[in-house]
Amino acid sequence: MIPYLARRLGGVVLLLLGITFVVFGMMYLAPGDVTLMLVPNVPSHEQIGALRREFGLDQPLPVRYARFLGQLVHGDLGTSWIDRRPVLPQVLDALGYTVRLAASALALSLVLGLAAGTVSALRSRSVADDVVMTATLLGISTPVFVTGLLLIYCLSFRLGWFPTSGAGSWRHLVLPSLTLASFLVAYNARMMRSCLLEVLGQDYVRTARAKGLAERRVWGVHAGKNALIPMVTVLGLQVGLLLGGSVITETIFAYPGIGQLMISGITARDTPLVQGCVLVSAAGFILVNLLVDLSYVVLDPRIRLTGR
Amino acid sequence: MPAPAPDTVLAREESPPVPASGRRRAAGALRHRRAAIGVGLVLALAGAAAGAGWLAPHDPVASDLGRRLLAPSAEYPLGTDWIGRCLLSRLLYGLRLTVLVGVVTVLAGGGLGVLLGLVAGFYGRLWETVIMRGTDLLLSFPYFLLTIVLVAVLGASLLNAMVAIAVWTTPHFVRVVRAVTLSLREREFVEAARALGRTEAGILLRHVLPGCAAPLVVQASVFCAQNMLMSASLSFLGLGAQPPSPELGAMLAAGRAYLRVAPQVVAVPAAGIFVAVLAFNLVGDALRSVVDRRTPGRP
Repeated sequence: MIPYLARRLGGVVLLLLGITFVVFGMMYLAPGDVTLMLVPNVPSHEQIGALRREFGLDQPLPVRYARFLGQLVHGDLGTSWIDRRPVLPQVLDALGYTVRLAASALALSLVLGLAAGTVSALRSRSVADDVVMTATLLGISTPVFVTGLLLIYCLSFRLGWFPTSGAGSWRHLVLPSLTLASFLVAYNARMMRSCLLEVLGQDYVRTARAKGLAERRVWGVHAGKNALIPMVTVLGLQVGLLLGGSVITETIFAYPGIGQLMISGITARDTPLVQGCVLVSAAGFILVNLLVDLSYVVLDPRIRLTGR
Repeated sequence: MPAPAPDTVLAREESPPVPASGRRRAAGALRHRRAAIGVGLVLALAGAAAGAGWLAPHDPVASDLGRRLLAPSAEYPLGTDWIGRCLLSRLLYGLRLTVLVGVVTVLAGGGLGVLLGLVAGFYGRLWETVIMRGTDLLLSFPYFLLTIVLVAVLGASLLNAMVAIAVWTTPHFVRVVRAVTLSLREREFVEAARALGRTEAGILLRHVLPGCAAPLVVQASVFCAQNMLMSASLSFLGLGAQPPSPELGAMLAAGRAYLRVAPQVVAVPAAGIFVAVLAFNLVGDALRSVVDRRTPGRP
């Protein structure tokens, strides 16, 4: 266990290093002089020179990257080029909002998706299965922003139940959560269906049936539990989907999460802010997937983790 | 009376239901209908994309401020937007862009992925290490974030969005092709081709690549849908096509402000994106069920 953990953590650090390299390299190789856009009116040479010194842009690229990594190790993501505030507190603040949104959307989509997927698998090739499969296909094909605007139109404009934007109360969270969840329900239902179908074809399910167990026990105890193990993997991947989907959801509902912060950073060409958002998102994604891998040991006693 | 063969009881999940009940037959018909609808929609999309120039009643970017936010009429079958542009014409040209983006990004990104996957799977060693590490790195970005970052760097335009989406597509194709190539590399027919003196490139193209065809077709269709969605999403965020381009995502973003007064301004592009993505997903789904049946053991 310990050697495995050490190896995995080492891998995570390397992967994060790779991500900083890619993000840093891309942001700084971007065409156009950013400083020109940050100075109002027509900037003088002195103004531009001062800005470039302030941001460290007068240094060669490897030096800048080394300095960036040095700051990163100390938990410093640099300061915003626009409002000169440190990036990390801003990102963490926004992350809190995003986590709240993502968690409620994930919970909602798991409940609905697992239920629909189970019905679909247990009544495989029935009308119910077909309805679920058709519905999930429609769900997968609906862009997040279309769902969001549809919800705004129906539940906000027509019925006036929920506010269309902002954050604060639970009422603000309803529409964004529904929007983001709709994106995932379909994935969850399809995944649950195929996992369960796979398990239902296994020998131990046959055995359980052969020894005369009630179908309810066969599904609940023998099939259900084992079908959930691959679902946990998907859970890790879903954090990625959630982060991506929340960028759009947050934009539609003016929800102050990390996605909106990133888009505003991109629009303002605030490189350190964008870098911070991407790094924190990617790190969260990678860590969740590490936790998912570790949770296998608990869920599936057949798996033994080794250092190799 | 002979006892029923044990298989008829145990294999009821796998075997096709021979004496199909009415409901089962209904479900089967629905499943086939989904595939047929998908193919029909894709053909219709291709028609709309190719014939946008003839089918569109008006110029998609010509505005007429005297005819703003009109309801559907004979002259403007889907109504007009907030500066009096014909929504039907914009929809048709938008569908053309959407289909174009989907197909081109899959051809470019997927094509590169196929090439890299073949090399990684067939030659192994350093090639494989470098290509697969790069693939892992790209895939470790949360979904959609990689394209956003790329567009942020390159600048917001439809072309840059397409480049970013193609880059995002590549690692997914690398994985599929490499996996198939690995399994084909040691097969007898590859050895035979080598013994007959075929060049490495010849073996890859004539003997290994065709083996990847089935999973690739599924992958291409699914990613076509995915990429159209992503392009519309980027444009919606203001990172893709810019107004006045009739790109559907950009139309939606700009039309949002008129959702309350003239819902058709939002509904038309929304329906366009939905139908286009659905069409390719339907086809991909149908293809997948055919391919999965042919290659047992695939998850």
